[in-house]
Amino acid sequence: MPYQLKINGKTTTVDVPADMPLLWVLRDVLDLKGTKFGCGVAQCGACMVHVAGTATRSCILPVSAVGASPITTIEGLAPDASHPLQRAWQELDVSQCGYCQPGQLMSAAALLVRTPKPTDADIDAAMDGNICRCTTYLRIRQAIHHAAGNSAPPATPMPKGSKGAL
Amino acid sequence: MSTLTVGRRGFLKVTVLAGGSLLLGAYFEPVRAITGKASRAADFMPNAYIRIAADGAVTIIAKNPEIGQGIKTAFPMIIADELDVDWKSVTVEMAMADQAKYGSQNVGGSSSTPNNYTTLRRVGAAGRQLFVTAAAQTWNVPESECTTASGTVFHRSSNRKLGYGELIAKAATLPPPDLQSVTLKDPKDFKIIGTPVPNVDAPGIVRGMPMYGIDVTLPGMLYAVYAKCPVFGGKVASVDLAAVKAMPGVRHAFVVDGASPGMSAGLNPGVAIVADSWWYAKTARDKMRVTWDEGSTEGQSTAEFAQRAAELSQQSPERSVRKDGDVDAALSGAAKVVAAAYSYPFLAHAPLEPMNCTASWQNGKLEMWAPSQGPFGGGQLAARTVGIPESDVTVHITRAGGGFGRRGFNDFMAEAAWIAKTIGGPVKLLWTREDDIQHDYYRPGGFHFLKGGVDADGKLVAWHNHFVSFGENGRAALTADLSASEFPARFVPNYALDISLIPLRVPTGWLRAPGSNALAFVMQSFIDELAHAAGKDPLQFRLDLLGAPRMVTDPPGAGGARGRRGGGGYDAARMRGVLELVRDKSGWDNRQLPGGTGMGVAFHFSHRGYFAEVVEASVDATNLLKVHKIWIAGDIGSQIINPSAAIGQAQGAALDGLAQALGQEITIDRGRVVQSNFHNFALLRHRQAPAEVEVHFRITDNPPTGLGEPALPPVIPALCNAIFAATGKRIRALPISKQGLRVA
Repeated sequence: MPYQLKINGKTTTVDVPADMPLLWVLRDVLDLKGTKFGCGVAQCGACMVHVAGTATRSCILPVSAVGASPITTIEGLAPDASHPLQRAWQELDVSQCGYCQPGQLMSAAALLVRTPKPTDADIDAAMDGNICRCTTYLRIRQAIHHAAGNSAPPATPMPKGSKGAL
Repeated sequence: MSTLTVGRRGFLKVTVLAGGSLLLGAYFEPVRAITGKASRAADFMPNAYIRIAADGAVTIIAKNPEIGQGIKTAFPMIIADELDVDWKSVTVEMAMADQAKYGSQNVGGSSSTPNNYTTLRRVGAAGRQLFVTAAAQTWNVPESECTTASGTVFHRSSNRKLGYGELIAKAATLPPPDLQSVTLKDPKDFKIIGTPVPNVDAPGIVRGMPMYGIDVTLPGMLYAVYAKCPVFGGKVASVDLAAVKAMPGVRHAFVVDGASPGMSAGLNPGVAIVADSWWYAKTARDKMRVTWDEGSTEGQSTAEFAQRAAELSQQSPERSVRKDGDVDAALSGAAKVVAAAYSYPFLAHAPLEPMNCTASWQNGKLEMWAPSQGPFGGGQLAARTVGIPESDVTVHITRAGGGFGRRGFNDFMAEAAWIAKTIGGPVKLLWTREDDIQHDYYRPGGFHFLKGGVDADGKLVAWHNHFVSFGENGRAALTADLSASEFPARFVPNYALDISLIPLRVPTGWLRAPGSNALAFVMQSFIDELAHAAGKDPLQFRLDLLGAPRMVTDPPGAGGARGRRGGGGYDAARMRGVLELVRDKSGWDNRQLPGGTGMGVAFHFSHRGYFAEVVEASVDATNLLKVHKIWIAGDIGSQIINPSAAIGQAQGAALDGLAQALGQEITIDRGRVVQSNFHNFALLRHRQAPAEVEVHFRITDNPPTGLGEPALPPVIPALCNAIFAATGKRIRALPISKQGLRVA
């Protein structure tokens, strides 16, 4: 069945079954591979996208339920990676395996729109649906504060014998 | 160390290291790069790892799979530093799976760094040497008058310089330097090694660029799911394939009998469904009517395992592994005796990217793309599974969304190979999360029945462990064994270790810090019990137990000489060093904590690394447990290669251990796994991460070793010991969420 979707500012028509989750439309039909599959049951947040500006798990959202709402994926957050969160993620070297990070970024971006100066508690509450199996949570927290322009919490001490600063 | 040169021109160096492991060095024949891109045809490859373009651009090949441990950044850093180029001029490219060219490309056991550090320094230094020689010959000056920096050779006295890119034509005519005799930098001159370098794939990660196995797309590719019997060892009894084939988008559906000849982890029986999209394949599978032949499931449940272990603990053990002194006499003569039973559950790996593999069958050959921790072995497995020569399989290494040991098993590659061959084309196999949780190679559970005794001076004098584990015919299941040299063996004068085994039908395997992730909990918790029984400070009791700074080994030929990784020796000085460091950094001796809050300490040696950790945690009136802070002190030798990644690995390992301790458990019922997804197999979440995890490294004069694993084991007993300090409640079984405490 044909559906007209507005994704990252562009309108596209896809011919897919009504129950196909948006995740698989993005990944396998439109070749937008940044949105990840982790659990399929809205537990891990790897599939997070913005639907009309709200952080939404695309793995359980049937394409038929999207309607006219504009969708933003990680590829559309800032294609030149200039979003303050994308910059902070790189500056603080957040990623380990990196697989969950697009989802983390999408949740964090939605948080900063709502709450431009989040506290640790705001971050924990907004990000709790995003699992990082490598447990990079400390740097994610620090990177969100950094992107928000909050005074950064004390940096982790560097190992003895190392040069430079983190 | 001995060197064997194979071939007259090839200079394929086979180096036998002192430990007996075989290391194939760089294939050191100057070759023109075959990049497939005309514009790069003039590039020069001094060896298999380095490519220099005429404009000076440097490409370094990363040989080992990246699973989040940072090796795709660390290895090129090592080469670039010795090559003497600027990091900003370096592009990193992932190697193909090619054991002849790169030696082992397996990642596991925190072994990448110790097995490759010196070799890769030599690879970089040999590249630098080649350009020095090329410049010296061009200028007709002695090599000793030439220096290098930033990818340029300088002759200072004549004020001349030539970039590496300008030297490639000359360098390509020179014989390759001997890897073993090249001059390495003095570590104090390192410019890249030892500096924090961000993950090389970070720019792509934050843009959502395709780079993982799951992202691979081939022209004309179909999508597959593979359904297996929920009971391990089961197979298909009957299935309505016609109905499956009639479902929307389905192209193929077939039964696979399974079996990969001669391989322990390979193709298991199941039903393959191949469709135009993964969603079609998965939907068809959900609706499929299948009956499984489950085989016998007798005795295969968590409750039965526990019951059997309790019975075995009352019987004579199956075998004695170690007997030092006279434990019985020492226990009866001890001032205080403590007896306790410890246990821990099975665990799954659950890397966030589900198992997947893309395979293309064309003209009797296989081309594969896999997120694997052993991609070369995966290709071999695929070849044997479909019955073609290994030389007819090509394996591309993709970035992996986590590994944790799971991707050391390539069962998913065997499945993809079989499906690709059967349909005769390209296919992407992707598991569901349920497949992953229910068809893992699990960290085995275990049961320890312990007795310990301290003398009137508070010294640990007796230790007896009857370990009830899993296995058959006197052989423990994979990672279910306990080494005769496992601490505190050799540190307690009267020590006995006995083992009894329960038959198991559940596959087991390496989970981050295998063995150690469970054993540290048992040993370091029970040591804590004995410290309290002795009326000693738990940290000082441990220092006393370690004793004088010395290397502790078994005499040659002794039963316990075959230790875990690290050759069986245990350096009491290094462990004392990190224990004293964590004591000082955590303010242990001056701790003043409010009621309901406690600090616990533990240490563990694994994967060549010495780690001691302190956890501060509280339990409130509603039994809610909160972890406040973790201090980590580690000794992995003389050089931290990438401090940013090192801190991340140590923090990540500790929080991974926290997740295991707090709430993770795989239970078995009638031969199958009960849990299925993240709602009942809990990974750590943001709110559970403590505010701070301090990481300190003690730099010692030892070879640099790996960091994926050794920071994990101590955190679990340190947490349990902190709970005891806070509440007086001793955690003797995991997970903590099942022990009357609530986890945030």
